[in-house]
Amino acid sequence: MQPRGSILGTRVQRVEDPQLLTRGGVYTDDLVDDALASAVHVSFVRSPIAHARITSIDLTALRAAPGFVAAFTAEDLALPGARPMLATIDERFTRPILAAGTVRYVGEPVAIVVTEGYYQAEDVGELVDIEYDPLPPVVDPLAAGRDEVLLFPDVGTNTVCEFLPEHRDEQLFENCEVVVSSEIVNQRVAPAPLETRAAAASWGSDDRLTMWLPNQGAQTSQRALAALLGLDISRLRIVTPDVGGAFGAKFGADPEHAAVAWVARELARPARWSEQRYDNMLAMTHGRAQLQTVTIGGDRDGKLRAYRLDVVQDCGAYPAIGALLPSLTRMMAPGTYRFERVESAARCVVTNTTPIGAYRGAGRPEATAAVERAVDLFAAEIGMDPADVRRRNLLPAFAEPQENGSGALYDSGDYPAALELALSAAGYDDLRREQAERRERGDVRLLGIGLASYVEITGGGDEAGAPSENALIEVHPDGTATILTGTSPHGQGHATAWAMLASDELGIPIELITVRHGDTDLVPEGGGTGGSRSLQQGGAAVQQAARELADIARLRAADMLEANPDDLRIDRDRAAITVAGSPHVAVTLAELAGVERLFVRTVFTAPGATFPFGAHVAVVEVDTETGRPTLLRLISVDDAGVVLNPLLADGQRHGGLAQGAAQALFEEMVYDDDGNPLTATFADYAFPSAAELPMFQLETMETPTTYNPLGAKGLGEAGTIGSTPAVQNAVIDAVAHLGVRHIDMPTTSRRIWEAIQTATTNAEGRL
Amino acid sequence: MIQVEVTVNGEARSAEVEPRLLLVHFLRDVCRLRATNVGCDTTSCGACTVLLDGVSVKSCTVLAAQADGHEVATVEGLAREGELHPVQAAFRAEHGLQCGFCTPGMVMASVGLLQANPHPTEEEIRIGLEGNLCRCTGYHNIVRAVLAAAEAEA
Repeated sequence: MQPRGSILGTRVQRVEDPQLLTRGGVYTDDLVDDALASAVHVSFVRSPIAHARITSIDLTALRAAPGFVAAFTAEDLALPGARPMLATIDERFTRPILAAGTVRYVGEPVAIVVTEGYYQAEDVGELVDIEYDPLPPVVDPLAAGRDEVLLFPDVGTNTVCEFLPEHRDEQLFENCEVVVSSEIVNQRVAPAPLETRAAAASWGSDDRLTMWLPNQGAQTSQRALAALLGLDISRLRIVTPDVGGAFGAKFGADPEHAAVAWVARELARPARWSEQRYDNMLAMTHGRAQLQTVTIGGDRDGKLRAYRLDVVQDCGAYPAIGALLPSLTRMMAPGTYRFERVESAARCVVTNTTPIGAYRGAGRPEATAAVERAVDLFAAEIGMDPADVRRRNLLPAFAEPQENGSGALYDSGDYPAALELALSAAGYDDLRREQAERRERGDVRLLGIGLASYVEITGGGDEAGAPSENALIEVHPDGTATILTGTSPHGQGHATAWAMLASDELGIPIELITVRHGDTDLVPEGGGTGGSRSLQQGGAAVQQAARELADIARLRAADMLEANPDDLRIDRDRAAITVAGSPHVAVTLAELAGVERLFVRTVFTAPGATFPFGAHVAVVEVDTETGRPTLLRLISVDDAGVVLNPLLADGQRHGGLAQGAAQALFEEMVYDDDGNPLTATFADYAFPSAAELPMFQLETMETPTTYNPLGAKGLGEAGTIGSTPAVQNAVIDAVAHLGVRHIDMPTTSRRIWEAIQTATTNAEGRL
Repeated sequence: MIQVEVTVNGEARSAEVEPRLLLVHFLRDVCRLRATNVGCDTTSCGACTVLLDGVSVKSCTVLAAQADGHEVATVEGLAREGELHPVQAAFRAEHGLQCGFCTPGMVMASVGLLQANPHPTEEEIRIGLEGNLCRCTGYHNIVRAVLAAAEAEA
């Protein structure tokens, strides 16, 4: 419990909102800056073919066009390209900034067109004449794995990397009475933040680049961009304007960003780029894209014994973050269950599609989707209620860290309690009764109830080791304060949350606290915002800095007041240091700051990653005549430890639930066999609107972690992780009595209808 | 080039523009009102929603020339004397925004919706805002905000 009067744990409205609601955010495309005066406009001519040799590029027709400034191809750029992110991957999988000789996916940038204005870019871009000699494309990752069509003939294989168990256990399912296996598609989806990618670049007279970039961590972007440009990071400053959503896809720097910086230097003029949605859908990284094979074994009484997960990860045309995702999927493979034996393997392949990167959850939703589907398949096979199979096999509550048998050390958890809370909040038994009644009545609209129990990993470390984040707090003589953070909010509300933490320690009202981030000159180090790390590390650092600042203030006040520091207290009503028992003797923090600068920079380091968990229950209605599914309810228990601001926490959960449900029901980035994307606009891509989603029912559960003083785990991705399998399981559950065991995501009307037809036909055949 | 005169947030703005100039770019680049955003190129996302003669429209699908002689309202003109409009206040109170990118369009669409239907049901709000996409909130708090704004304006 927080002490009485603390604002921690309370619903504090966001300090960010008045600006966003009245004048709008200042996103990269909105920037007005002297350094960007007379900037040129950069656009990219992208490949319309999935796999081809470029036989010629003719730029002559452009030169006379109004507004034309310059045009460039790969030959003009002497840049090293984007190397694979794992040292074990063959360097010949390096991605060029512009396609050189070969295009490998629709949307790959081939030429840069520079114009004075952005309307002119449309006109001029159409005049670029590129001839292609088509090559056979490979779109299906399984086909890619056969190496019949190679994206990189020099390498000789499409397999980028493999992750195998130390020794494959041929007896994994030896003592199991029942073994069920299934192939599951975790389909490719588009992160689709409402703000597309953008950049603004300006080289100073000191030959130093300032780059405005919507991103999730300026320091990570600085390193990535420096590598792409072959620059020392000291010559590169990243500034982060407001960011209109990211969802994992704005970490680091993309080839287009390097191109914009290069153009600005080449032309000695500032340069700007803001992509259209069509470009964004083709060329911002996609997420998920795993083909999974699950095998699960156990006994007829419901006891689970063994689980195997085999993953084929589609990396798209070049191995980016996509090649790292299966490691997280493997680590989290057993989820919340106590198996005797777990084994997993993964293979990453390239295909003629858009590269895969991180998308909300990044590797963990794929693990949860696989195991939660597998448990339901097992339950169906033995004819047991899926809730009972889960009850039988969940790990019991634990407060001490515990190995999961797959390489993760879970910090704390109570999975049975989360499941029971979700089931009772849903009214599970009543729902099952209603389901049975509808089936008996022969209702056209059937009810489906789906469960998912999940645990995920948040706030993991990097190559450098234990997870950490820095914060700096300075109190100013006017009584205001500034916080510098290495995290990078883009909707999460750090300005409010970090101010709450500092205010709670120092008594400075949150309205007087400014939070700054994302400028590498101001905050040279930082891990950014991703992997649900910000509060547990960045927030913990802010609290630690505030406490250290209060200690310094007490020592300085002791000198000033000629008092023993042990007798001094911080008076949070006045933001002052006072003498215990003599509150009239006081010196404010502002006064102390007037004497000498009053600031602290500190680094908080956590002992390890945390493992938030929860349970989701979805209720859907399926119209058996049309196959149409309707999500009626989504009940979530998301235990991410102690909650700092329920307003913000609920918002994160809502957004995650919507995205998770949307993957189960609607969204898929579809390619035809030739590698043509069929869903590259918002008119085609099934981005859900308010009309497709219900209100969400959130239940509260807070199991603290000991890994940080806030007791907080990550929450940003939780909603996405449990909801996807809960909704998918609900859809399948609605028609399970007809003999349907599995329907791949997205569970569209057509797929559901076909599954019903197939099951009904099979049943008739058996009669 | 053609001459257009548009009343934007009560102020007459005239300019000589390309005939193909979209209203959203007239607002952003001629009037320098950059709250209104562009989120797609297929009239799907509604980030650019403004009121044209009091009716919500997607300003990416209206030519500046079509707005000639008409009144346009953007989110910048909504607050009066520093007081948030009830819809803005409700969006803040209910946490109906996160990254803020869809927000100006979402707020204007909500204002338009409430003008047409001052007491909408939850379902009417969901259907009424179908043309405005948000990736952050899952719409839960946006719908609550519109319900709360309707209550406050009653």
